[in-house]
Amino acid sequence: MKYEDAIRKYDPVIGIEVHVELGTATKMFDAAPNTFGGGPNTSITPTSLGLPGSLPVVNEKGVEYAIKIGLALDCEIAETCRFARKNYFYPDVPKDFQTSQSDEPIASEGELEIELEDGTMFTVPIERAHMEEDAGKNTHIGGSDGRIHGAEYSLVDYNRAGVPLVEIVTHPITGTGDRAAEVASTYVRTLRDIFRALGVSEARMEQGNVRADVNVSLRESPDAPLGTRTETKNVNSFRSIERAVRYEIARQATRLEAGEKIVQETRHFHEGTGETSSGRPKSDADDYRYFPEPDLVPLVPSRDWVEELRGTLPELPAQKRRRLIGEWEFSDLEMRDIVNAGLLEAIDDTVAAGAKPAAARKWWTGEVARLANQKDQHPAELVTPAQVAALIGLINDGKLNDKLAKDVLTAVADGEGDPAEVMGSRGLEIVEDTGALEAAVEEAIAANPDVVEKIKGGKMQAIGALMGPIMKATRGQADAGKAKDLILAKING
Amino acid sequence: MSELTHRSALELAAGLKSGEFSSVEVTQAHLDRIHATEADFGSFITVTDDLALETAKAVDAKRSTGDDVHALAGVPVALKDLVVTEGVRTTAASKMLENWVPPYESTVHNKVRTAGLPVLGKTNLDEFAMGSTTEHSALGTTRNPWNLEHVPGGSSGGAAAALAGFQAPLSVGTDTGGSVRQPAAFTGTVGVKPTYGSISRFGIIAMASSLDQVGPMGRSVADAAALHELLAGHDPLDSTSLPDPVAGFVSAAQTSDLAGKKLGVIKQLRGEGYQDGVRDAFSAALDVAAAAGAEIVEVDCPSISYALDAYYLLMPSEVSSNLARYDGMRYGLRSEPESGPITAETVMAATRAAGFGDEVKRRIILGTYALSAGYYDAYYGSAQKVRTLVQNDFAKAFESCDVLVSPTAPTTALKFGAEAAADPMALYLGDVATIPANLAGIPGLSLPAGLAGGLPVGFQILAPAREDVTMYEVAGPLEAALEASGTRVLDTLAEGLTTK
Repeated sequence: MKYEDAIRKYDPVIGIEVHVELGTATKMFDAAPNTFGGGPNTSITPTSLGLPGSLPVVNEKGVEYAIKIGLALDCEIAETCRFARKNYFYPDVPKDFQTSQSDEPIASEGELEIELEDGTMFTVPIERAHMEEDAGKNTHIGGSDGRIHGAEYSLVDYNRAGVPLVEIVTHPITGTGDRAAEVASTYVRTLRDIFRALGVSEARMEQGNVRADVNVSLRESPDAPLGTRTETKNVNSFRSIERAVRYEIARQATRLEAGEKIVQETRHFHEGTGETSSGRPKSDADDYRYFPEPDLVPLVPSRDWVEELRGTLPELPAQKRRRLIGEWEFSDLEMRDIVNAGLLEAIDDTVAAGAKPAAARKWWTGEVARLANQKDQHPAELVTPAQVAALIGLINDGKLNDKLAKDVLTAVADGEGDPAEVMGSRGLEIVEDTGALEAAVEEAIAANPDVVEKIKGGKMQAIGALMGPIMKATRGQADAGKAKDLILAKING
Repeated sequence: MSELTHRSALELAAGLKSGEFSSVEVTQAHLDRIHATEADFGSFITVTDDLALETAKAVDAKRSTGDDVHALAGVPVALKDLVVTEGVRTTAASKMLENWVPPYESTVHNKVRTAGLPVLGKTNLDEFAMGSTTEHSALGTTRNPWNLEHVPGGSSGGAAAALAGFQAPLSVGTDTGGSVRQPAAFTGTVGVKPTYGSISRFGIIAMASSLDQVGPMGRSVADAAALHELLAGHDPLDSTSLPDPVAGFVSAAQTSDLAGKKLGVIKQLRGEGYQDGVRDAFSAALDVAAAAGAEIVEVDCPSISYALDAYYLLMPSEVSSNLARYDGMRYGLRSEPESGPITAETVMAATRAAGFGDEVKRRIILGTYALSAGYYDAYYGSAQKVRTLVQNDFAKAFESCDVLVSPTAPTTALKFGAEAAADPMALYLGDVATIPANLAGIPGLSLPAGLAGGLPVGFQILAPAREDVTMYEVAGPLEAALEASGTRVLDTLAEGLTTK
């Protein structure tokens, strides 16, 4: 069954689990550096390796970041909570249990407002955000395409083992209708923006800083009980999230139409085909034998600390957008174009540097975007908000006109320096040297007596005939208004 | 036998300070005695002659230049082989770690080294500290110096035997349910289980994390107190380590007296199942305490009756998780399956089948079961509630007395073989008096209180959490009163061993 038909016939329910790696200096429970890259098994301590006798110590920065995430998602922050051991045997889990949180998460019951492509707002209900540690990384050697199946042996790198993670789990997200896929990807994108705004993670999808597991189920109607769900693991780009949701909806509908049951299982997403395939069966009875981690004491974040952190929360992207629409008086459409072009920050910073919002928007979405497009770069990589603000300042001061300003901008983008420097070094400033202008005017008057006569006779349009030679003499830098005033002054003496 | 091996740790410290003898002489005397007696006692898994003498030389050199050294510098010590020692094989008495040489240092060994105590070696124990006879060691048999046909107790059996056999003046053990106090009782020595969190567990191979505590052991209360002072103190590497400053345990033991001290006899821990000789020795010790001015009262701790059951759910639960890491993937033993495919899973299974002994497997299976979905609330959950009740009972009892007392174990040292190994449940019952302190996290101490049938009887003193000082304030003068009344048990042993 095609997606379009599936979505008409069934009501989709999605649920998303997002793991974000925190950008702390050290790991969650030991002093090993939390770094990306580096030789295998170099960022490790006895605790990262789970050596006999080693013990965990909680990274306070990790807790701080988790609380910030919880607050940004409008969650309740637990007055006391504990870590728990999730017990399972796997070579990349050095202790053969993962230190996580079970029934006592640090943050619970929040919500996140997301803005869809057409400006519609949608509220995603958040069940919990909890802290845990990442596992190491297996590399399977000798099999086909790096999979464990058929491999001769496997290597384990524990550099990632113990890296702090926060897992954010939604409640079942209902009411999306045919926008399920868009809601899923927009939700993760919004989270990504929040992680960056909070400064808790670089949140690079391509480095696996942010990983999403996507649950999908279908039901006959919004009144029906939830259907059996599948969980597609590790979908790691926004586009893939959309494709995975669409594929699962179509696949499940096809099965249901054929009278088949949906198997509760984990599934793998394949970038190449956009399809998912069966992983391992998963039941709610998976037994991880959770129990409170006895090597750590309960965490009791003081209310003062939580409020202090709340006070340090930066303005989140959605709040900022709403505020700026009011302040800048842009239309919704203009605002969305700015957001989609990724220029909100740049324009905000340009305004902060003294430029008027309209001018900032005009330059960033116009000439800067055009130059960036030519160079296949993001506008914000090309020039800085301070440079654009300086450029606008020079225009307002009458030192540049739009045409000259574009030339200056091109040179600035080529790395020739800040606008004022470029203007000076290239001699692009509007000529205010009345000596030079007077000379050009006098020369033009002397060379065109017939035109002068016409002006004297009251034919003011004839002035235009003198402007050509004047501009030529001043290489276009003459201020047309001043030149006109000078001509009249001289002729009418 | 060298006379140096018969001195207490504090006497040795005094002699080293005054220059009566050197640390090399003291250390060599103990090493000589170890080599002369190990065939009988089997206290050690590894003897570290070179390391010990190296430390002794360094301390002697430091002392000769007039540098400040720790009060115990130069006094040798033996470490239970559950204490990680960087560069020195650490086995937990298991085939799993038979050849494991740790690449990092424990806080306990770090403190011992920094203070300049020569480490004589690593003592035997029940595998991963699971057992109360040391018979569950995969790496050797330890015998009770009092009678070689009897066990030394456990799990710190090697540590206790080394003291009783005059092989070491100080030992470091660990106590999860009585593993320091019970072997101390069986060998006529002093064993301390400090308040949970008093001594860092960083680098102590874990058995049950919420119950494990490092235990200083000696042949006198003051010796054990001195070792406790050295090892205690906050450690940022152990999240459960207490922030409390270290109190003067030695002076508490040496300068207090029993007058006016209230000793609460736990009603539940002196009746049924206790050997007559044990009961008699305990009662006699109470009489000595009363004669010295102590007030004896009886207290009721009803939930103690459930403590054993709770312990045998909580302890194996934590064991099942703590011992999961021994999977053959990173260190220690690695076994491959005899047939079938070689995968991570089959290697893990083969390794664990080959590397663990029966008692360890029994507890892993028990704990795995107790934590399983559907059973968690009934087992682990209920046991945690009992733990709270035990804590409440103790708190209430301590309102009416300074310390609580009981026999340390219901029996004297068991014989090897049938009696010890046949019925695990009977052995588990032997921990009934010691386990409650671990559940509640409170400090406990066992000191010798006479003999029964030629074997030592232990007298246990329990104090409120973080009041280890109170425990020493009773133990010190009680030990003195018992000795004054003629009950100096180790003298008996020393005479016996001299003629050997």
